[in-house]
Amino acid sequence: MNKKVVVIGGGIAGMESSAHLAALGYEVTLLEKTDKLGGHLLNWEKLFPTMRMGKEVVTFLNEGVEKGKVNVIYNAEILNTKEIMNGFSITLNNNIVLESDAILVTTGYDLFDASKKEEYGFGIYDNVITSAELEEKFMKGEKITTSDGKIPKRIGFVHCVGSRDEKVGNTYCSKVCCVTAVKQSIEIKEHLPETDVYCFYMDLRMYGMHFEALYRESQEKWGVNFVRGRLSEACENMDGSILVKVEDTLAGKPMKMSVDLLVLMVGFEPSLGTKKVGKILNLQFGVNRFFKTQDQHTLTNVSNVKGIFFAGSCTGPKTITNTITDARAAASTIANYLSGHDIHNRIMTSDIKATV
Amino acid sequence: MKLEGKKAIWKDYQKEIADDKYFYVRSCIRQNFFPGSETAFIRILREELGKDIFEHPCHTTCTGIGYHGDIVPLDTMMTVVARQFALMTEAGYENLVPSCITSFGIYTEVLDTWHHFPEVEAKVRDYLIKATGREFKIPVNIAHASDITYKFRKEIAAKAKYKLVNKETGQPLKVVEHIGCHYSKMFPDKGVGGAEYPYVLVGMIEEWGGEVVDYPERRHCCGFGFRQYLVQANRGYSIACSHKKFESMEPYKPDMIITNCPGCPMFLDKWQYAIAEMEGKTYGENGHGIPVFTYEEVAGMVLGYNPWDLGLQTHQVSCETVLDKIGIPYNPDEKYNGINGIKLGVPEMPVNLKCC
Repeated sequence: MNKKVVVIGGGIAGMESSAHLAALGYEVTLLEKTDKLGGHLLNWEKLFPTMRMGKEVVTFLNEGVEKGKVNVIYNAEILNTKEIMNGFSITLNNNIVLESDAILVTTGYDLFDASKKEEYGFGIYDNVITSAELEEKFMKGEKITTSDGKIPKRIGFVHCVGSRDEKVGNTYCSKVCCVTAVKQSIEIKEHLPETDVYCFYMDLRMYGMHFEALYRESQEKWGVNFVRGRLSEACENMDGSILVKVEDTLAGKPMKMSVDLLVLMVGFEPSLGTKKVGKILNLQFGVNRFFKTQDQHTLTNVSNVKGIFFAGSCTGPKTITNTITDARAAASTIANYLSGHDIHNRIMTSDIKATV
Repeated sequence: MKLEGKKAIWKDYQKEIADDKYFYVRSCIRQNFFPGSETAFIRILREELGKDIFEHPCHTTCTGIGYHGDIVPLDTMMTVVARQFALMTEAGYENLVPSCITSFGIYTEVLDTWHHFPEVEAKVRDYLIKATGREFKIPVNIAHASDITYKFRKEIAAKAKYKLVNKETGQPLKVVEHIGCHYSKMFPDKGVGGAEYPYVLVGMIEEWGGEVVDYPERRHCCGFGFRQYLVQANRGYSIACSHKKFESMEPYKPDMIITNCPGCPMFLDKWQYAIAEMEGKTYGENGHGIPVFTYEEVAGMVLGYNPWDLGLQTHQVSCETVLDKIGIPYNPDEKYNGINGIKLGVPEMPVNLKCC
């Protein structure tokens, strides 16, 4: 009889790991809380750095799930789990009870609630929107306008909203926002060539292959302006435009500027599902409230509970590329575990030295 | 502007405000700047609301200005604060009500310090008993006097003879509100409405019939930064701050300004005269300035108190424009009478700022 794996979360990580586990011969059940697979990727039109359409990646992931004959359960909510002989019993909201030899948690992230950065006025000023809302406009093919339907002459992007920010309790970098701002700036210039675009950043983390090239292109080809400085506040002018106050740390001067539209680059936070599933499964959380892996270098897919594994951004912010790689690594780790390797207690060199 | 967004934030920043039995501590500067305000507060609480409010004759400065100006050491400041607490304890009160915003900030900061560092509290208790033989209890509740006025804003409205409404047009007066930095910028959760969109004065304005003006430089400093003003060489920064605010609020044509700090009304009032003398620029109607009031003065005005009993004659910018708009009666001949009715003489009038 085939061994069974339950994957919790039908985003990128859940889909790709399910496909790989199925290809390895396991009987895979994928639990998704909504009625669609794809997670956040469903809301993203074009992807950095290639500008390919997000739906192409969704199609690829779907194909893997379908070919692997993965059993997908939609609108699933886990009520409880218990450990049974060499595995787990999982009870769902619709009274389905699943048994599995291993569990893979791929519960992902939520976007930072920008209204928590009160000084930026999201939810209060009409012309302050988030990067996700801008992407939705791209996705729907909507015109990029101010709240009263005018073409914006100037648009500002604020980096690191809810990331690297002790005030909101998120000290980590969300990794994707810098290059997303570059991508969205270019798209703005494609749609509205006459519009001036300003990016307000702390520093630009263009670590991925071709990210730096995209950043250069945004300046050289599209004329996007980059101002190194973190916004202190945004206020509303009489005409509804947004007055931003920022220190230009390269010029060494405080500056004020009015923009017609202000886009907040919201970062990652552990998802509500991550918090809920973590409690149910007794999983450890790290200092940043994402799941804690058993080792940051060597056991990146391994949880504190034997037989439970992680993939994707439930352990921290990741790009799509990194998530897919991590999903495949998790599938491989689970295959190791199910074939008898005691991955949870694999001895590290430092442990050997300590023993000696 | 989305009011719902502000309301969501206001809901997050509510605080407990004691209902009665207040130990009131006056400001060391307000009695000179706006001499009728504290008396009006006590009168409103005792006569209009029937509350028990007590003042101790041995109460001193909290040393806040010296502390923030780096001339009073932390230990000294904390010991003086401990002595105020001892006076309250000896008088049998538990609810501390500072008149001054900086005192409110000082008391809040000291209690927060002691909460995190109990050994510091023990040290200060030792200092106090050695220096004065006194002991004290920690206050059960600390609320700024504007918090108390906010709490009873509906009761005041129910007894009010006038509203913040233009009697000719029937339109609400446009009111700029400005909170003191030490009210909630140090501890946002200690101020009604938080630091970015404070509600304490907004609540009074709305309840008493006015309309709040939200202008771009609403959060900017009034000009009473201690280091800006106390250091003579820095006074240019002080007037530059006030100037920035006036320029920003001018297009909204505010009828009046209301504040809850000792320094804010002082500087927003007096610098209008200085700017008029320096640049010939005035910000009110027909060469007048924009009248600046404390919240106690405004409460007294709507309750129908004699404007000269409230000390409005001590303002640099004349208050008559607002009195006339509301329809509050006053006797111009008594404006410069002393409390005993003796004429004190009419002050020299400014050249550029129209007064009366």
